[in-house]
Amino acid sequence: MTTTLNESVPTDTPSARTRKRGTKVRRQRVRAAWTYLAPMLVALALVAGWPLLRTFYLSLTDASLSDTTGAAFIGFENYLVKDDGVWYGLLADPVWWNSVWNTVYFSVISVSLEVVFGIIVALLLNAEFKGRMLVRAAVLIPWAIPTIVSAKMWAWMLNDQFGIINHLLMGLGLIDAPLAWTADADLSMWAVIMVDVWKTIPFVALLVLAALQMLPKDCYEAAEVDGIHPVKVFFRVTLPLITPALLVAVIFRLLDALRVFDVIYVLTSNSSSTMTMSIYARQQLVEFQDVGYGSAASTMLFLIIALAVVVYLYLGRRQLGVEK
Amino acid sequence: MNQTPMNRYQLTRLAKHVGKWALIAIIIVYAVFPFYYAVITSLKPSSELFEVNYWLTSLDFSNYAQIFAQKSFLQAIGNSILIALSVVLIALLLGITASYALGRVRFRGRSTVMLIILGVSMFPQVAVLSGLFEVIRSLNLYNNPGGLILSYTIFTLPFTVWVLTTFMRQLPMELEEAAIMDGATPWETITKVFLPLMWPAMATTGLLAFIAAWNEFLFALTFTLTDSERTVPVAIALISGGSQHELPWGPIMAASVTVTIPLVILVMIFQRRIVSGLTAGAVKG
Repeated sequence: MTTTLNESVPTDTPSARTRKRGTKVRRQRVRAAWTYLAPMLVALALVAGWPLLRTFYLSLTDASLSDTTGAAFIGFENYLVKDDGVWYGLLADPVWWNSVWNTVYFSVISVSLEVVFGIIVALLLNAEFKGRMLVRAAVLIPWAIPTIVSAKMWAWMLNDQFGIINHLLMGLGLIDAPLAWTADADLSMWAVIMVDVWKTIPFVALLVLAALQMLPKDCYEAAEVDGIHPVKVFFRVTLPLITPALLVAVIFRLLDALRVFDVIYVLTSNSSSTMTMSIYARQQLVEFQDVGYGSAASTMLFLIIALAVVVYLYLGRRQLGVEK
Repeated sequence: MNQTPMNRYQLTRLAKHVGKWALIAIIIVYAVFPFYYAVITSLKPSSELFEVNYWLTSLDFSNYAQIFAQKSFLQAIGNSILIALSVVLIALLLGITASYALGRVRFRGRSTVMLIILGVSMFPQVAVLSGLFEVIRSLNLYNNPGGLILSYTIFTLPFTVWVLTTFMRQLPMELEEAAIMDGATPWETITKVFLPLMWPAMATTGLLAFIAAWNEFLFALTFTLTDSERTVPVAIALISGGSQHELPWGPIMAASVTVTIPLVILVMIFQRRIVSGLTAGAVKG
């Protein structure tokens, strides 16, 4: 993505033969460009830029939900403060650190699973067979289903007493007694991961599939002629070639996973074993009405995600650079 | 008859063939089963709800009758449609003009604007929750579809601009040159030359924006208060029974199926467009 930013626009000022007239047209075009960008920039400033700045500011105040304008500035007390020799604030709250850990755990495991299964599905869809379009449409269904709805569907299938999954597992003799998937602290995170993976495999698979379809056919023919095992071909040829697309898919998914909210809110609500940073921040903001403290959590979430992006871009660029 | 046993080559070919179709079958069942199971659950009378069945056992529409008798559910559907359509309209209107500027004109600051757009699309929604809450309340849009239309711009607009810019760049430059030679202003170039060519791309991004707005939950949950202003995801999430442990699964599944069927149909019809839109944003961009 970053490469495209520096890429030149294919249609610049209309070529050399009109260069003299060009400058006037060009100036007119640049002015028009900013005019046309203005509404979008204003909209983004209103819904993203300004609210983000306000969140930063509110995290330094004691604002409550009923009154955010009359809040007093209290510095970094929401983050960390020492009172009577005891540390208070977000950074001293074990519940917050637990939710940070949960978020990281959830993100790493679910994104890894999605990438592995996404590649398998994409490789399959890339092969020629009858009814391929039908399979692709079926694979897209989980992507289109609203997260809330998919969480409810799975909550019903995972229901401890009447759920089909317990019924199936008991029927197969894999478990003796029904499992409380969403209530059991050891299982609930895996239930959430399962639902998230189900819903987002299609996205990863489609991105990988698009990359697979752009691969040159000749090196596969050469590999086949040389009798190289397909698994080896995959790891030596396919995987390196689709790495750029994979990196894009992973960053999109990682950013989504780090801010996960809906699926957990519906499946396990505020249970501490699955509480993520977004759930924690919203709980402070809305349920406890503590806008100052909640904003501090939101700001930390923003910083952690920004840090993840920077590290990722750095590592991704370095890895791509080495391969080139 | 050929009595010689299959040689190793034929055997592995057969195994591969069987393996491939088994894998396809597993993937289809895995992808479709939860939705299928929701459909058959929604068609059960409440007396049979707690028997596990793998096949359709009855055709009872009482769950659907129950949810459609609720005024708040109908209102939620109305709100969702209104919000999603408005969001699409705004995103396309602002997106097409912005993508003209970003895709066809070279000017200083262009990369910066693209970076800002990319940055906003990576935003965690929770990070702006308190600030946006303030904005919405000061504009008197709390507990109002207007507040959601405004706030959904944060994720639909960057995406729309990004994808439309990619499409806009691919259009041949001769078209624009001809328009400029004829003395067309940039506005005329957009509306008369590009707009007719951009319809497929706009349909794709519009569709994706619609789905995103239809499915959104966090803002809808936070910025609305009363049942009459809810959107469908919130309405479904908040359906509750007598106690926390006896959720009315029949009506919940009926409502889930109702709001999902339009999306599934859209996906079936427009799958090619959706795929190209999703990948244009990532692979080509």
